[in-house]
Amino acid sequence: MEIQTHSGNVFMNTTTMAYRNLLKTVHNPDQFMDVIVQPVMFMLMFGYLFGGAIAGGVHAYLPTIVPGILIQTMLSASSGSGSQIREDLDSGVFDRFKSLPMAHIAPLAGQLFGDILRLIIATITSLTTGYLMGWRPNVDFGWIIVIGLLAILTGWALSWLFALVGLLAKSAGAVQSFSLITMLVLSFMSNAFVPLKSLTKPLQVIAHLNPVTYVITAIRQILATGSWTHEALLVLGFDILIVAIFAPLTVWAYDRN
Amino acid sequence: MIYFVQGDLIKNKAQEGITMTTMKAIEVSHLTKKFGNKTVVDDISFEVQPGEVFGLLGPNGAGKTTTLRMITTLLKADAGQVKIFGHDTVKEGRLARSMFGLTGQYASVDEGLSARQNLMIFARLNGLSRQAAKQRTTELLTEFSLEHSADKALKNFSGGMRRRLDLAVSLITRPALIFLDEPTTGLDPRTRTQMWTTIRQLVQQGSTVVLTTQYLDEADALADRLAVIDHGKVVKMGTPAELKQQVGGTKLAFTVNEQTEVAAAVKLLAAQVSGAVQQTGQQLRVSLKQLAQLTPILTALTQAKIAISQLSVQEPSLDDVFMALTVGKN
Repeated sequence: MEIQTHSGNVFMNTTTMAYRNLLKTVHNPDQFMDVIVQPVMFMLMFGYLFGGAIAGGVHAYLPTIVPGILIQTMLSASSGSGSQIREDLDSGVFDRFKSLPMAHIAPLAGQLFGDILRLIIATITSLTTGYLMGWRPNVDFGWIIVIGLLAILTGWALSWLFALVGLLAKSAGAVQSFSLITMLVLSFMSNAFVPLKSLTKPLQVIAHLNPVTYVITAIRQILATGSWTHEALLVLGFDILIVAIFAPLTVWAYDRN
Repeated sequence: MIYFVQGDLIKNKAQEGITMTTMKAIEVSHLTKKFGNKTVVDDISFEVQPGEVFGLLGPNGAGKTTTLRMITTLLKADAGQVKIFGHDTVKEGRLARSMFGLTGQYASVDEGLSARQNLMIFARLNGLSRQAAKQRTTELLTEFSLEHSADKALKNFSGGMRRRLDLAVSLITRPALIFLDEPTTGLDPRTRTQMWTTIRQLVQQGSTVVLTTQYLDEADALADRLAVIDHGKVVKMGTPAELKQQVGGTKLAFTVNEQTEVAAAVKLLAAQVSGAVQQTGQQLRVSLKQLAQLTPILTALTQAKIAISQLSVQEPSLDDVFMALTVGKN
């Protein structure tokens, strides 16, 4: 009996690997907890806790907090790529991937493309929660899709960065704590939850340097004006730049592993 | 049975490799690996013939797994060369990889998936079409008696089931060469025996098997040829029988009943065997070249009216080989 195989191509192998990651999440739905529970919880908590103090009411606070929570969720969703890769590398299954006659890059690529689903779920959850709390942006639905896509692209660009961290880190635990700290610092030291004007001068400087501020500003501008802005273009360019820099770096680190 | 697929270079070369009977299954030459300044694998060379079961035997930390990882392209060697069915594992890595299956020391299957999903995904990654993958998965599930738990999460699998699945995954492409890294470590005796049976079946079907083990009975039961590895070096190579022979053949031991007759018995033994007679109190021990030497010794003792008790004749075990050849803790 003969088994005939063909060498397989990068695309097919990557699809299979992405499918594998998807199946894993279906078997272990807690992996979706961070992209579902977290945005709902933060949106409710922050909205009802700080809404009155910051904007004089929950409803008035929603245009501020919805883009804020959206990007914060992208940050934590994308950090999942890093810990997942580390976990895979540390488990025996990776040895088998490496010993198969398949495209060498497929496990990494499969992870990163599979993670897009997490980002999509996170985006939909964040925006829906906002909607249920009374958020009604005064723009066409098309623009909601646009900001959703911009958020997903930003999250995806960041997942390359976190994947690199995952490849270089010693353990999945280390990746997780690094990601948590990064997520907290980047999201809170920005305009995600409070108006920049309310901050002290040094904090304003930091918030202005924080790329998260730009992403959130861009999204708020689109939602306020219903048009593509200069800021949005900047974010788009920045996302592409991150992928252009970190994708090759991540692949290099992966090869070295 | 033929599975449909775009046949291509890899397949053709693989067939070429297998049909050339003179070709070695594996040629390992001067393989060396250092971790820091510690040489873990030190200039190891050996060859494996097609169809044979080759065992790498050694204590924990001797370098067995490191050697295997280098042969299976999981680890880069610092020096040396490995050829699998004539193909260099560095220069023709992907081709070499398409010719073997590997079952690692720790079950290398996806914990988060079911047995069927594992087989399907690895079949697809091995390049089988969806149709062929499905068919092969069903076959393997039946062959390894996993069909009843095929769709359960692996979390609920016993150690034995996990190993069986692991082996099944390695056999998806029916590779001509199979690497098993400590295939029965941590298994209960029954599962272990089942595993041995499975390995023997593979050999009957014509596969070449390379296994590492720290169990001597396993090496004895399965391997045609062994390399005893200690401190990263091959200290001895040969069939289990040859290795046992080298350690000193059959051991005869008995106790002389009367203290006064011990000296006479030693003299008598020395005349019959070439090796030294070991004496512990009234107990005497000698090595026999052949079992046939036993009769003249017993006859001589009877004629000399020397009464003995607690007679024992022991075939050498690989335990003796192991103890004699390896230096304990690595």
